[in-house]
Amino acid sequence: MVSEHFDAPDGETAALALKVLVAGGFGVGKTTLVGAVSEIRPLRTEELLSQAGQLVDDTDGVNHKVTTTVAMDFGRITIRSGLSLYLFGTPGQDRFWFLWDELSQGALGAVVLADTRRLEDCFPAVDYFEHRHIPFVVAVNCFPGARTYGADDVSRALDLDRGTPVVLCDARERDSGKEVLIRLVEYAGRMHAARLLDSVS
Amino acid sequence: MTDDFMGAPQEPGSQWYDHEAGPLVRPYAMTGGRTKPGPAGVRFDLISLVTIDPGVPGTDDDTALGPEHRLLIELCRTETQSVAELAAGADLPVGVVRVLLGDLLELGRVTVSRPVPPAQLPDERILREVIAGLRAL
Repeated sequence: MVSEHFDAPDGETAALALKVLVAGGFGVGKTTLVGAVSEIRPLRTEELLSQAGQLVDDTDGVNHKVTTTVAMDFGRITIRSGLSLYLFGTPGQDRFWFLWDELSQGALGAVVLADTRRLEDCFPAVDYFEHRHIPFVVAVNCFPGARTYGADDVSRALDLDRGTPVVLCDARERDSGKEVLIRLVEYAGRMHAARLLDSVS
Repeated sequence: MTDDFMGAPQEPGSQWYDHEAGPLVRPYAMTGGRTKPGPAGVRFDLISLVTIDPGVPGTDDDTALGPEHRLLIELCRTETQSVAELAAGADLPVGVVRVLLGDLLELGRVTVSRPVPPAQLPDERILREVIAGLRAL
């Protein structure tokens, strides 16, 4: 590939970036979590939506907005020079599912943020990742004033596959967010190892 | 005329366009109307990393480059950037940045890392490094 340099075979210059998605219902704290663990202020990228580009040159479009912008917040954690973790807050609305498909391509895994007062908001995200066999953890954002449930209760209420980790967290706290990510990476590693074993047996 | 705009009641069709109307220059005007990157088969993931070749001369003399191309090169000059970071840094939609990067790749101005294929994800050694790195944050 073009980016490989022959003078550095140890992989020093072959920078590696990993992608983690942060999903969940509207207002559950996705951007808060990204901001809490990111070393950069969460950045915003916009994707222009139009029907296969056919409308973007439509000059009538000034009065009738034909393109929609979807914003995605993201942050970065540099593990070391040449290895970084990017966190993407997924667009909340269901009609942007197709953007998830692109986002989840090659993703290491996902964090599904849940609020126990509106648990149903995270059902679509749970379904999405389960169907695509993308490793995910459910992080219950413990809002002040919300009744606290145990991880087991949440796991049962969401009817999660066995082994899917449920972590209680505070999305505003850096340490709490770190813990969620560590659990995810550990779990993604286990899932991957299990899949490798499956493929050789 | 702009003074009137602030206070006066607006008749339909008579007002100046404000931010609600979107950018006055259509985003894909910067790409000459192209919505797909040039070289066939190149897919720029949001986390594809873009590096400029240090041996490449300055951009001043190259008429093939537009201001947005130059901006992207400048952004990469300090450090390797992901496609997502470039889009945020240049304040351009990701789709537009992808087309512009396709041009730069074709011109040999930048190199782009291939995202890790899902089947190879994740290398155990890398994951251990990530976990250790997260703990150390």
